[in-house]
Amino acid sequence: MFGWTGTILRVNLTTRKITKEPTDLNDARLFIGARGLATKLLMDEVDPRVDPLSPENKLIFAPGPLSGTMAPSMGRYDVVTKGPLNGTVAASNSGGSFGSEVKFAGYDMIVFEGASETPVYLWIRDDQVELRDASGVWGKNVFDTTDLLRAETDEEAKVACIGPAGEKLVLFASIMNEMHRAAGRSGVGAVMGSKKLKAVVVVGTNPLEVANPEAFEKAVMVARKKIMEHPVGGTGLRAYGTDVLVNILNSVGSLPTRNFHEGYFPTADKLGGEALTEKYLVRPKGCYACVISCGRVVKVTNPKYACETEGPEYETAWGFGADCGIDNMDAVIKANHLCNELGLDTISCATTIACAMDLYEAGILTPQDTGGMAIRFGDAETMVRLVEMIANREGIGDQLALGSYRFAERYGHPEYSMSVKKQEMPAYDPRGVQGIGLHYATSNRGGCHVRGYTISPEVLGVPVKYDQHATEGKPELVITFQNLTAALDSTGSCLFTTFGIGAEELAALLSAVTGVEYSTEDFMKAGDRIWNLERMFNLKAGVTGEFDTLPERLLKNPIPAGPSKGEVSRLDQMLPEYYNLRGWDAEGVPLPEKLQELSLA
Amino acid sequence: MAKIIMIHPDKCTGCKNCVLACSFKKEQRIRPAASRIHVYSWEREGISVPMMCQQCNDAPCVSVCPTGAMNRRFGETLVNYDAAKCIRCRMCVQACPFGNAIYDSVTDSIMKCDTCEGDPACVAACPVHAIEYIEESISTRSRKKAFAQKFKEAFQEVA
Repeated sequence: MFGWTGTILRVNLTTRKITKEPTDLNDARLFIGARGLATKLLMDEVDPRVDPLSPENKLIFAPGPLSGTMAPSMGRYDVVTKGPLNGTVAASNSGGSFGSEVKFAGYDMIVFEGASETPVYLWIRDDQVELRDASGVWGKNVFDTTDLLRAETDEEAKVACIGPAGEKLVLFASIMNEMHRAAGRSGVGAVMGSKKLKAVVVVGTNPLEVANPEAFEKAVMVARKKIMEHPVGGTGLRAYGTDVLVNILNSVGSLPTRNFHEGYFPTADKLGGEALTEKYLVRPKGCYACVISCGRVVKVTNPKYACETEGPEYETAWGFGADCGIDNMDAVIKANHLCNELGLDTISCATTIACAMDLYEAGILTPQDTGGMAIRFGDAETMVRLVEMIANREGIGDQLALGSYRFAERYGHPEYSMSVKKQEMPAYDPRGVQGIGLHYATSNRGGCHVRGYTISPEVLGVPVKYDQHATEGKPELVITFQNLTAALDSTGSCLFTTFGIGAEELAALLSAVTGVEYSTEDFMKAGDRIWNLERMFNLKAGVTGEFDTLPERLLKNPIPAGPSKGEVSRLDQMLPEYYNLRGWDAEGVPLPEKLQELSLA
Repeated sequence: MAKIIMIHPDKCTGCKNCVLACSFKKEQRIRPAASRIHVYSWEREGISVPMMCQQCNDAPCVSVCPTGAMNRRFGETLVNYDAAKCIRCRMCVQACPFGNAIYDSVTDSIMKCDTCEGDPACVAACPVHAIEYIEESISTRSRKKAFAQKFKEAFQEVA
């Protein structure tokens, strides 16, 4: 077997029965692996209308066919389930070594079903698999859990676990592997918590065979060279991390500020990658097989926020920074550290706090509601305090743990939530960058940037520059990026490889590893297929075309100042064409012939 | 001049490209256990250290080898391993103070770095030059100079 291990590990947490079954190789060919293949399994086995936190939902850990190989920066895995935050199919991917270790242990997927009554963790050493009692680590944070479970198993084991936030079902809880790598979005950690599954601990020692070693080595060298020679993939991300984007987005007036009231933050440079490198960076860090090394090992010496940790990513620095009206990088790094330690998605956590600040300043949220706590824009101390309160569901944190949409709705003003399909949008103002707005509105997991990163062409000019303010050509651009990313995610690749390579190189790697010939067209078509499969799941879950929209603030209130002053999102000019080009009807439902064409009928 | 593989843990990102390249070169597949180089990472501190055969001058593996399978050819830096002479007694495994000679049950042989005959795959694969294959004298000079630089800076501050 090449690329795929050919085995799925199934763990029923209710009956404690552990079984192994063969991977359906026809499905593997069509849906590749990771995000695609796991979504196919979810679609086949789970009713999309299921309560995400019920035992009927399933939780799948899935590396891709390129994970574990030396394909550059391609060692990732996806966690696929129905997300409790957005009610859509959730696929959150993460780097580090965990996904590759699952491959070495011999599995294309680990499927968890049912729910345990008492806390458990799964211990895998190749074909030996056992559920063990986790009551000793229940309640512990991510870092301590990781250390303790390694002490109980193997000191070199790879650990993916939840923190207190996942245990307490915070709707945007993450799953953390190797302490600092996050399957962050959509609340996959809460699903794990609902199943009383504290961790998955893996040691894998099996070889991964490659179908065509010669072609593989050649494809690796080509991809490596292109990524490493690219100014973003090879230089920018290692020097400054993803946080290099703060000053870039601010310079084009599209850095959402104070809960998206504005698109420009005058003191943003204090939060940028340049400042991070100069004042905090200890060294860059890379995930498994990575040639980019965007990870940041950092140190804060200010005693108030002192920590030795990793991060922050751009979206995190923006969220706890500009979106909360804060320019104190010490506090931002601390908030990021707490999110990793407690197991929270930084984007939803930060923007939910920003939403609370907005509601408070508007007088909608009062001191009576907050237990006397003033929650104002620019207050770094309160922001950091709220992160802990959310994870522990303490005081107002118990309500914030539901995410900004449910929180704002509770106070009668859901329009204060800067979210799509109840998931918070990240760090790119759709009023200033038209294509990303269309992507937010149509993304299969709601507010999310990593499934159609049109910021590349619209702002960075990669691979070619598009006018950020134009709507023409954007539907086609968004679709191309969404399809490419769906296929790319499904291989186990990191999105950042697209700073250097594209479908052609990925198809070559995939063909060489698996022995199944993928042309560039086959690869893109697989992406289209995966996208439509996810769409079908969401439609069946009741998340229909009426939710393909943006918050009113972005459609009606122009950006008040800065380089994108006066702009609003012109989503209505793009959405109908998007549906049409996708082969969907006016309500956003895929037409029968489209499903036929993609072998989804 | 003698060349050695020099590691710089301060630059290592923990990506393990060296491990993958080594195992692929040796077996044309991916099996980290077959790699002659291993990387250990400390997640809390964010530090990674690559480990491989040091090609010791006074090599314990050569001293204890009863058959001459572990040997050093005259005038060479490399500690040579001859599988044909090896009786798999694993004395070298026990003698190596670094744990860099490993017995592999899959191939029934001792795994230790042979510098890929002077063209080490790990060095070529490292994206950040945390492993280098360089002249011994240059490697020590650059390290000494880096330390001297710290002295220089300290003196400049005092002055």
